[in-house]
Amino acid sequence: MKELLHFEDFPVGEVLEFGNYLVTAEEIREFAREFDPQPFHVDEEAAKASLLGGLSASGWHVCAIIMRIMVDGYYGRTASMGSTGIDEMKWLKPVRPGDRLSCRRTTLETRVSAKRPEMGIVKMRFEIFDTASEKKAEMTGINLIKVREKW
Amino acid sequence: MVKGLYLEEIEIGVEDFLGRHHFTREAIVRFAKAYDPQPFHLSDEAARDSHFGALCASGWHTAAAWMKCYVAFNEKSRTERSRKGEGLPVIGPSPGFENLKWLKPVYVDDTISFSCKTTGKRVLNSRAGWGLLRFAATGINQAGDGVFAFDGKVLVQMRKGG
Repeated sequence: MKELLHFEDFPVGEVLEFGNYLVTAEEIREFAREFDPQPFHVDEEAAKASLLGGLSASGWHVCAIIMRIMVDGYYGRTASMGSTGIDEMKWLKPVRPGDRLSCRRTTLETRVSAKRPEMGIVKMRFEIFDTASEKKAEMTGINLIKVREKW
Repeated sequence: MVKGLYLEEIEIGVEDFLGRHHFTREAIVRFAKAYDPQPFHLSDEAARDSHFGALCASGWHTAAAWMKCYVAFNEKSRTERSRKGEGLPVIGPSPGFENLKWLKPVYVDDTISFSCKTTGKRVLNSRAGWGLLRFAATGINQAGDGVFAFDGKVLVQMRKGG
């Protein structure tokens, strides 16, 4: 089995880029119909008349896409222990059909849990850009990652 | 809560029960395959060997289910209001959230009760005719344990436009 990334592989200050996720109108509507059926996420005409000015992805869909980019980029080969939460999420610009999203990850702080010495707590910032380098969203949150066993 | 109300009509400190959401194995795996394909969201076996101990939903699935209940609850209120012939504000977007917490895992066949409490509001100087409403969102499982929380915000139209 391939060696998994552990807590020690996430140094503070590291900046990495991941992903090239194409967002389609079909996927925007599919997610929204199930979880966020507000007019500006499911109906092109209603969306044009809304503050968002056109069809755009649910903010929760954007969060889910960030997750997918992370899992494909590194979390899927990390000794992950999940997450306790997100300090802050900013939905800065609407995510539109045809946007290709990438994610810039910056490691902000790392520490080992005092209660559980096998668990590392890694605070990261994720900035989401489209191909025109417009920043669409910014999220700061926690990844829980296993500390490498010392034999 | 928004409930089809204009900013001026919204009371602060009011908590609304939005609805319940049942998490089936099928839905947990389907969401995870699309957006969070980590082993403990995909297979019983892998989850048993993880620190979660059993198959559990992606945290983003829980968040999306909160939104589903929020939208359905608001839509019901808007329909009632519309029937009474009262004015309906345009639905506003959200600029983001803070302090989102996944307090406990959501396991297969858990039913989560979602709520929302208004915590503050202010008129926006940057956008005439609109204000910002703040609220505290929560999710509680069938055992009464909190599993999910965040501090949300949403733009709400004012009755007095600008």
